[in-house]
Amino acid sequence: MSVKAKRFPQRLNIRSGTIDMTHGSGGRAMAQLIEELFVTHFDNDLLRQANDQAAFDVPAGRLVMSTDGHVISPLFFPGGDIGSLSVHGTLNDVAMAGARPLYLSSGFILEEGFPLADLERIVISMAAAAKRAGVPVVTGDTKVVERGKGDGVFITTTGVGIVPKGVNISGDRARPGDAILVSGSIGDHGVAIMSSRENLTFETTIESDSAALHKLVASMVEAVPDIHCLRDPTRGGLATTLNELALQSGVGMQLTEDAIPVRPAVSAACELLGLDPLYIANEGKLICICAPADAQRLLAVMRADPLGAEAAIIGEVIEDAHGFVRMQTGFGGSRVVDWLTGEQLPRIC
Amino acid sequence: MKYVDEFRRQDLAKKVSRAIHNEVDRGRRYNLMEFCGGHTHAIFRYGVQDLMPDNVRFVHGPGCPVCVLPVGRIDNAIQLAQQHDVILCTYGDMLRVPGSGRKSLLKIKAEGADVRMVYSTQDALKIARDNPGREVVFFAIGFETTTPPTAVAIRQAQAEGLKNFSVFCNHVLTPAAIQNILESPEVREIGSVLIDGFFGPSHVSSVIGSQPYEFFAEEFQRPVVIAGFEPLDVMQSALMLIRQLNEGRHDVENEYTRVVSRDGNRKAKALVAEVFELRRSFEWRGLGLVPYSALRIKSAYAGFDTEKRFDVPAIQASDVKGCECPSILRGVKKPTDCKLFGTVCTPENPMGSCMVSSEGACAAYWTYGRFRDPTTAREASA
Amino acid sequence: MCLAIPAQVVEIDDVSDSGTVALGPVRKRISLALVDDVSVGDFVLIHVGYALNKISPEEAERTLALFGEAELVEELAAAPGGGAT
Repeated sequence: MSVKAKRFPQRLNIRSGTIDMTHGSGGRAMAQLIEELFVTHFDNDLLRQANDQAAFDVPAGRLVMSTDGHVISPLFFPGGDIGSLSVHGTLNDVAMAGARPLYLSSGFILEEGFPLADLERIVISMAAAAKRAGVPVVTGDTKVVERGKGDGVFITTTGVGIVPKGVNISGDRARPGDAILVSGSIGDHGVAIMSSRENLTFETTIESDSAALHKLVASMVEAVPDIHCLRDPTRGGLATTLNELALQSGVGMQLTEDAIPVRPAVSAACELLGLDPLYIANEGKLICICAPADAQRLLAVMRADPLGAEAAIIGEVIEDAHGFVRMQTGFGGSRVVDWLTGEQLPRIC
Repeated sequence: MKYVDEFRRQDLAKKVSRAIHNEVDRGRRYNLMEFCGGHTHAIFRYGVQDLMPDNVRFVHGPGCPVCVLPVGRIDNAIQLAQQHDVILCTYGDMLRVPGSGRKSLLKIKAEGADVRMVYSTQDALKIARDNPGREVVFFAIGFETTTPPTAVAIRQAQAEGLKNFSVFCNHVLTPAAIQNILESPEVREIGSVLIDGFFGPSHVSSVIGSQPYEFFAEEFQRPVVIAGFEPLDVMQSALMLIRQLNEGRHDVENEYTRVVSRDGNRKAKALVAEVFELRRSFEWRGLGLVPYSALRIKSAYAGFDTEKRFDVPAIQASDVKGCECPSILRGVKKPTDCKLFGTVCTPENPMGSCMVSSEGACAAYWTYGRFRDPTTAREASA
Repeated sequence: MCLAIPAQVVEIDDVSDSGTVALGPVRKRISLALVDDVSVGDFVLIHVGYALNKISPEEAERTLALFGEAELVEELAAAPGGGAT
């Protein structure tokens, strides 16, 4: 039985209202926030049951679970916001196991004083992302912290999914000779974020690439069930993720710089700031490592999907006791592509 | 990107590489020092060494203003941000440089100090305008390329009558540093490390011109080629140095003619001369005290001098024991000669100046070149 | 040191002595306080938000041509002590 809005004397003042401590205290104010914002927009039967948990049947197969905390700033950026980012991020983590995502949960930590209008904007964006993906947000939590103790809003999302039989995707399965593929251009998200941040002002036409990749992954797994590794190169960029995989698998890698897709605007922005696109975050791309015989087929499948239109084979896995990721530069010489050191900061030198 | 992409072409790289291979004298070594950190970066990032013959060695010099800033001055910047409640504006490069006690601007920012990264002195001026009730200090670093923008900001602050803006001046001078290296005992001694020729810095030269290097070429009898920033520029300049050495010449040549002239940028030089004057001496990390190597703000602009507005004590801080930065900065030792390299000292946890900046010799070698010498390879810390 | 990048001037504002440059598809507002006689269409060297110098298109062409001719020069001159690669 659904709960009617008349339960609360006045509707939430979304336009000019702000979060206060009562919204997290478990009482009527919190119930109203949940009802009028979260339940209304996430809009699914499980959530409408108004329990503290969601109970559901799952199809046969191995269960996959993943969780992410989102603490980004700014909250809104070209091509997305913390809401859509959190939904896509968790869907992708589940998908990187080769799994089909089923359900999402989301926990909100809200800072006292946070505008309700911004919260609604974020929730609407999350709901739209979840709907596009076909994966509902079925349970959640809300807490409020005092002014100064949060960055507006922190969101934690958890997702569950099912891995079909015969699929065993893991970071330690890269083998010498395997092909390394990337699903599209790198560095878009990080540059989009930097272009919105206060101190770095420049106009680009770059939008974040934030997107849910599970449907792309589903078609890849269907074509080649024995994909060895899948990972999305988020923080730390392509370079860091490749180093992680090399370490996990105990191998090295040999990349070709000219094969790595980079948008001209991203390239130019990086030149201006002294940054390297290899280390910049992506939120809608994946790395795939597979047996050499499967590379062309996977490439074709990826390119047939709008989210993989610029997919490319960028290198191969090699034997290397030291685990270096090396790259043949476009200039003709060779260099190491190391882990990211600290945070990549714009430089003048 | 015009004037960028063409200077990275692989086909042209092959041509210049072939020319170098054909013209080197197999019976000798060529030790070519690139003074400028930007050149170090280009060499490693594009793998230029792979296209050079074995008997041509790049020696990495101290041309990285982040690397040579003494620890004491970083401590001063940290103090300013913490004790005086100022808004400390800084270029990104300085944020992670460790001062004494493992503190850095980034660390104290995390602890609540108002440290703000800026891309330009114009950003710092805007912050001062937007926050009239707070003191704004701009942490000025850099060689002659970066000094004119600071001069513009100080003059603009004066014209606007800004009461809350000042500059903590740490601008240093390239020719003085080159002289210091060339005069150091190891370099002067015969049989010790020799630097046969120099790549002149690209963008410092665009401001000061090629003329100041004529003194070095003459006095120390070594060729100088002002080299552009891109990898093709570096290779062509190497070829020009090799030719000079083969012919026994020691002239100043300019490869970067598209930007550098003999006189440089007169307008920028005049602005700098108006606002700044020479300090008698200044301590350089790794090189010690170097006379007439740094600038301070003239008394006419004392109102914008952080060292006049606040108490900025001279702090004597020393480098970590075992750190070989002084020798590495002079090109006397390689990063792999230092016991701390790759063990205690990594980019994640830098001990000395050469590891701190991405252009320091040690950082560049670690990040890009480590795989060439597997005996020094270490497990990367995840 | 001194990360500086060539970019094309697309807009000039004489009042504030600033302008907008384009590097590929990216645009940035920069100060023109350190250069004189800059016109829209010129290429300038950008460092920390300032144009430092104009870039000479003729010299750029000449330099590129030098790279291309590098091999030819050595073919014409005698190579001292060197052998063919």
